[in-house]
Amino acid sequence: MTTDFRPSGDADAFTLRRRPPAEKLVDTGFRQLTLALASLVAVVLLGIFLVVFDGAREAIGQFGLRFLTTSAWDPVNEEYGAFTAIYGTLVTAILSLVIAVPLGLGTAILITEDMLPRALRDGVGLMVELLAAIPSVVLGLWAIFVMEPAIRPALQLIHTLLGWSPLFDTVPQGPGMAPAILILVVMVLPIITAISRDALNQVPIELRQGAYGVGTTRWGAIFSVILPAAISAITGGVMLALGRAMGETMAVTMIIGNAMNFSPSLLAPGNTIASMLANQFGEADGIQVSALMYAALILMLLTFAVNVMAQWVVRRLSLRY
Amino acid sequence: MTQATAPSIQPADVCMALQNVTISYGKFEAVKNVFMDIPKGMVTAFIGPSGCGKSTVLRALNRMNDLIPGCHLKGRVMFDGVDVYDRSVDPVEVRRRIGMVFQKPNPFPKSIYENIAFGARINGYKGDMDELVERSLRKAAVWDECKDKLKESGLALSGGQQQRLCIARAIATEPEVILMDEPCSALDPISTLKIEETMHELKRSYTIIIVTHNMQQAVRVADMTAFFNAEAVEGGTGKVGYLVEFNNTERIFNAPGQQATQDYVTGRFG
Amino acid sequence: MTPSNPRQSLQGASFNDLFERRPLTFDPSLKRNRLNRLFTGIAGLFGAIAVLPLFLVLIYVLVKGGQLLSFSLFTQLPPPPGLDGGGIGNAVLGTIVVTLVASAIAIPIGVGGGVYLNEYSQRGWFAQFVSFGNDVLAGVPSIISGVFVYGIVVATRIFFNQSYSAVAGGIALAVLMLPTVIKTTDEGLKLVPQELRWGAYGVGASKFVTITRITLPAAFTPIATGIVLAIARAAGETAPLIFTALFSPFWPEGLFNPIATMSVLIFNFAIMPYEAQNALAWAASFVLVIMILAANLLARWISKMARKA
Repeated sequence: MTTDFRPSGDADAFTLRRRPPAEKLVDTGFRQLTLALASLVAVVLLGIFLVVFDGAREAIGQFGLRFLTTSAWDPVNEEYGAFTAIYGTLVTAILSLVIAVPLGLGTAILITEDMLPRALRDGVGLMVELLAAIPSVVLGLWAIFVMEPAIRPALQLIHTLLGWSPLFDTVPQGPGMAPAILILVVMVLPIITAISRDALNQVPIELRQGAYGVGTTRWGAIFSVILPAAISAITGGVMLALGRAMGETMAVTMIIGNAMNFSPSLLAPGNTIASMLANQFGEADGIQVSALMYAALILMLLTFAVNVMAQWVVRRLSLRY
Repeated sequence: MTQATAPSIQPADVCMALQNVTISYGKFEAVKNVFMDIPKGMVTAFIGPSGCGKSTVLRALNRMNDLIPGCHLKGRVMFDGVDVYDRSVDPVEVRRRIGMVFQKPNPFPKSIYENIAFGARINGYKGDMDELVERSLRKAAVWDECKDKLKESGLALSGGQQQRLCIARAIATEPEVILMDEPCSALDPISTLKIEETMHELKRSYTIIIVTHNMQQAVRVADMTAFFNAEAVEGGTGKVGYLVEFNNTERIFNAPGQQATQDYVTGRFG
Repeated sequence: MTPSNPRQSLQGASFNDLFERRPLTFDPSLKRNRLNRLFTGIAGLFGAIAVLPLFLVLIYVLVKGGQLLSFSLFTQLPPPPGLDGGGIGNAVLGTIVVTLVASAIAIPIGVGGGVYLNEYSQRGWFAQFVSFGNDVLAGVPSIISGVFVYGIVVATRIFFNQSYSAVAGGIALAVLMLPTVIKTTDEGLKLVPQELRWGAYGVGASKFVTITRITLPAAFTPIATGIVLAIARAAGETAPLIFTALFSPFWPEGLFNPIATMSVLIFNFAIMPYEAQNALAWAASFVLVIMILAANLLARWISKMARKA
């Protein structure tokens, strides 16, 4: 009955009523292609691990776990230990976070909790994000020529006051761990700020109202309700930043001094695994390459552990709110 | 257009007085020219269609609107002889004396015990905390459900229990006034009934102001009822709310002074 | 349910003296108000400290790098150590080449992988594994990706028996870009309303047609924004390049030879004891920072425009 309303011949105009086999082939082919591309992630990850592990095997066999605790780095006698670099990696990363976490969290609170006019708030947020875009190598250049000379008097003062402590018992003479820590602060600050800001923004407005409703001051609400609700995401962000700080290479390489002999002092030149790789990998051969691969493996495992823990923390703790 | 008639019963005391209050969000006026004397020791209900600004007025009473960027109030809100919006007034102090229960239950992500103790502690409570927690939970009629799990998260309770926990949290600080912003809108009928019973108990000690969508609820719990309406203004964008009529609940529902009120309470409202 | 003893609730008033009751007026000397001011001050100070480095770095890069800005900076080669003058023309070109190689590898793989995650996988174990692997890959230090590519490309001389090459550098950067591109694509596709897909299926479109004609174009803005940011990030990377692309004092000699890049040039020249080289490092920083900030602002502008439309 309704066919009367159709213009005649219309049914014939649709030649593709049945899907040609080619189209089906494209359809399944595309699916397989994207599947393959997605799998590449796993392949690359596995490849990185295998390449590094394979390269490190010789050194693992020769030095074993002694590699972690000794600090000899002697290409002549072919004796290698990565303790100096491991110490430098952990100390610079952790101390930079000790400084950057309060700064980043404070900044995040400043730009989420309605303390500044909107334009200024957005401006601060934008600037912190742009700071993250500055290449590491440019920060390194700036650290060498501007920051380190500028802070040297302050480091000198610290040495004069606290020189009795093994942490400060060397005279600051240019590159060293302390300037490396400060440049790492600059590098992880944007991550911590951005993640904390997102975490604070996700705290439901009802919860803020509840806190204000029982008569808290702004900071009462922040400390007792808002921060505890956002703490899991913030903790996750801090751990991601820790991973980033441990793996950060260029700026640190340029300012840490790349000393291979161990000194606990923060004012002395030091080394990190990443900066050691950047400095020596290109020119090394023989067992030294393997020793560097061993160090790279340690760095990979450290960052892997920290990143996995970060994800676990976020997932695990976020269930509570 | 604002014909706020004086209540026919003379309340012993005026608790809060709104004097020519106009609230705007940015350029847009939400409610205009509200005059109102809210009596002490009674339950006052705000009713009206959505968008009439009743919640906005309620939130203005303890300066909760301060948290909304761009929200601005003209006129005076008198409480305890002081204009709450005076420059010298501390909004934190206002909220300590005028508590609030929100539309959506919003317990803090802390234990039930801490939810109650938190407000009391920051208000400088000097007495026995265990006793205060128990008393507040009893007053909010949620003690029986909570007494065995005071250390558990407040979020573990059901919606109705959470809302009563929030009421307990509000009364733990012994405020003089409790504002309730559609406290039952997210709850099932049985929980609603329990909260209404709670309100009957609470009005012995507190002044309660409640916003409700549900006219039956206003009839059941309120002594006084204010009817708000919204109308389009010439040349303006959107509608502006205003207070149509404020009287004791019986009059509002049985013999309202305004045709608009009559239409609304009898359900003939568009 | 109600309190058994009605008097109990009446007692409320008598408990009032257990609370401090103050007048409503704001009292700035109150402990809580003093603390409030103190913490607001601290937050303000921290915020100021946080934005300070950006200003300092930008000022120095603009002033010290801007001094050398001239046409010849882009047309000349760097001078041999000890000599003055010259430019960074080869490094500017090299950065563009290496970044293009990286983009050509990472964007198709990343978008494809993202499409798989959001459009095909039912978020089963394999997809979760890939997402997890992607997050792990994003956390791998950039120097490690250099080590990886050194191991599979440079040391094996896989390309025409060449060791260090522009392609090796591009692959190393692609390893760094890949997780970002996948994540952005996945997240961007998540924002496309399900109704749009149903609409396409409803008129009989195949999955392939739906994805390429409807879903991907609808998610264009977030994906493009993310990709621009990823490219900007890659252009500034140094660590993966120093032993893959290496460096070259000459103009690029094809994709399978060592190539100069601005970032490696900054690294090499910053630690040289010659002022001319140091100055070129600042000039390269200037060019690099301007390029990267421009890309960042472009990405922001793209997403702002799209939000308005």
